[in-house]
Amino acid sequence: MSSAIAVENLSKKYIIGHQKHERYTSLRDVLANGAKRFVHKLCHPFAASENDPTHEEFWALKAISFDIKQGDRVGVIGRNGAGKSTLLKILSRITDPTTGRIRIRGRVSSLLEVGTGFHSELTGRENIYLNGAILGMSKAEIKKKFDEIVSFAELERFLDTPVKRYSSGMYVRLAFAVAAHLEPEILIVDEVLAVGDAQFQKKCLGKMDEAGREGRTILFVSHNMGIISQLCSTCVWLDKGRIRDIGQTGSVVNSYMLNGISELSGEMTFPDDTGKIVQLKKIALLDREGNIAQKFDCDNPINIKFEIQVRRQLPGLYGYIGIFKPDCTQVLVSDSFDASTVNPLDSLPVGMNTFSVTVPPRTLGHGDYMIHFSMASPSADNFNVDVPGIVCGFSLDDFTSKRGNQRLGFFSTLLPWRKLENSTSGVR
Amino acid sequence: MDQQSVLDIEAGKTERHYWIDLWRYRELFYFLVWRDILVRYKQTVIGLAWALIRPLLTMIVFVIVFGKLAKLPSEGVPYPILVFAALLPWQFFSNAFTEAANSLISNANMISKVYFPRLVVPTSAVIVSFVDFLISGIILVGLMLWYGFGPNWRIITLPLFTVIAFAAAMGAGLWIAALNVKYRDFRYIIPFVVQIGLYVSPVGFGSNIVPEQWRLLYSINPMVGVIDGFRWAILGGNIQLYWPGFLLSLTLVVVILVTGIVYFRKTEKTFADVI
Repeated sequence: MSSAIAVENLSKKYIIGHQKHERYTSLRDVLANGAKRFVHKLCHPFAASENDPTHEEFWALKAISFDIKQGDRVGVIGRNGAGKSTLLKILSRITDPTTGRIRIRGRVSSLLEVGTGFHSELTGRENIYLNGAILGMSKAEIKKKFDEIVSFAELERFLDTPVKRYSSGMYVRLAFAVAAHLEPEILIVDEVLAVGDAQFQKKCLGKMDEAGREGRTILFVSHNMGIISQLCSTCVWLDKGRIRDIGQTGSVVNSYMLNGISELSGEMTFPDDTGKIVQLKKIALLDREGNIAQKFDCDNPINIKFEIQVRRQLPGLYGYIGIFKPDCTQVLVSDSFDASTVNPLDSLPVGMNTFSVTVPPRTLGHGDYMIHFSMASPSADNFNVDVPGIVCGFSLDDFTSKRGNQRLGFFSTLLPWRKLENSTSGVR
Repeated sequence: MDQQSVLDIEAGKTERHYWIDLWRYRELFYFLVWRDILVRYKQTVIGLAWALIRPLLTMIVFVIVFGKLAKLPSEGVPYPILVFAALLPWQFFSNAFTEAANSLISNANMISKVYFPRLVVPTSAVIVSFVDFLISGIILVGLMLWYGFGPNWRIITLPLFTVIAFAAAMGAGLWIAALNVKYRDFRYIIPFVVQIGLYVSPVGFGSNIVPEQWRLLYSINPMVGVIDGFRWAILGGNIQLYWPGFLLSLTLVVVILVTGIVYFRKTEKTFADVI
């Protein structure tokens, strides 16, 4: 088997400005800086040209090399900012690498977002054609697959309704249906499956699995280790723009997760991202006394305290916290609407909002855990509002139960054993 | 379909595949134009009628201001036809320029998420304006019928001048589109250029009112050549083309188009990073 994607010494550099919020430059600044530099040169002709202090180089990828065989299904994992998306963007030819070279054999389709180019005024039917053309399908090809796409999306009745009247679930279904019917030799997928309901997700995974079995090469980015393990045979772990590990999915995922715990702290803060309507700014694990902690014992509550920056009121916003074991088993899940009929995150006022979620004593068993945090809303453009992913880690010790840290099972709940009255006469 | 197409991506190297890709994505031109027209049609009550109303009203105002009030010479043709023969290419140019300038930014989300030759986007914007141009051409035909004004053989050269107008609109559109992505200041320049351009181009008047010794200088504005060409082809008869000026304008159109494509190709790889 020849290699489908050969990447050699790939790097990508970004220049980040520190003072400005805009990504684009203003002509005024260019002219002003140019003039300043010119005057500086005139006054100090022999001074070494100084570095602009407001700009800093940032290597999103640094000297990456790997080889993907034809028909391989490769997962790409790593923390936020590790360079996963940059890698996919370069492979999809959206942006240019700074150094290095790539050789790709076969037709590539990349799916970095569902529904790219959808226009809300157009109907479902019109958007299928538009989106298909944007993704590189020919008109004849779309026509041929039209019925298949529509039935996959289960939207027969709404074909001639403008997509602005669609629910977010319908929108995602239609968008993924178009993408799912691309027939490239190499498929590049960013975390797009996180949206949509569970049943549809399953359908999409099935479709990707099928594509894999047909011998297509798949490159897949996800934070969901479960999906990665299920779908991919090989895995690349990116860390700060470099390849940390590459090989069999099982072992790479395991070492990634274990590393995650040792690197995770009891507190995490996030820089401002004005592109997000609602953003998690800070999350911390607090003990009974209110101190940030990472080591807890089973007899004390774990307080998860977090601050959410709201830039625009968002109806339907809800939060999701998942607690995982190092092997990715999800032990406990909490939605913000769990404990009462009122969802406290729905339509939060603009500004900083602080919340706390408590894991009661004697809930989780001893061991290491990670906390996954995300927020979504059906009324947001792409459903996911902010997905910081794995944010904190902690460990639990069981000091009081008889078996202590030797105790098996997922829970540390101590179940009372009671002898019932009149039980000597046998069970009724 | 090519079973084993090989793609090489190398830092700092322009792709050999670009023009082939552009051809492969030719249907995308069609779909983007179709989308823009469809959306406009759906969002506005009278839809495409705007393509008729705007030039018609502009023409009426110009006829009153330049023809009736200022009493400028009409070169032996009905003043409305004189104005409209110029308004047609000018409105095409100014619409195409404005639309192309904003095209990349309004399609930012496509550009940062999907690969396709970026030239497709501003070109589609120019084509949409071209469709408007064809529609407003109906008014000209109507005017000529109304005044019983028949063109002579020169009318068959009109497609040639249309191509020049298209080239001018494309060239300027590519420049402004690429610049506008990087320096958002340019969005303030666009309405200014369009407004001033209407008066420095011979739209409301014939360009032979410009003194002879200044005409070559006047032709530095490439739209002067385009508009004169349109008048020459449509009005026939006693309209003379000032050849040195026309050739200067034509040369400048070619220069703007070629440099526009080169500049666009050079900067388009960074669009996704800065947009």
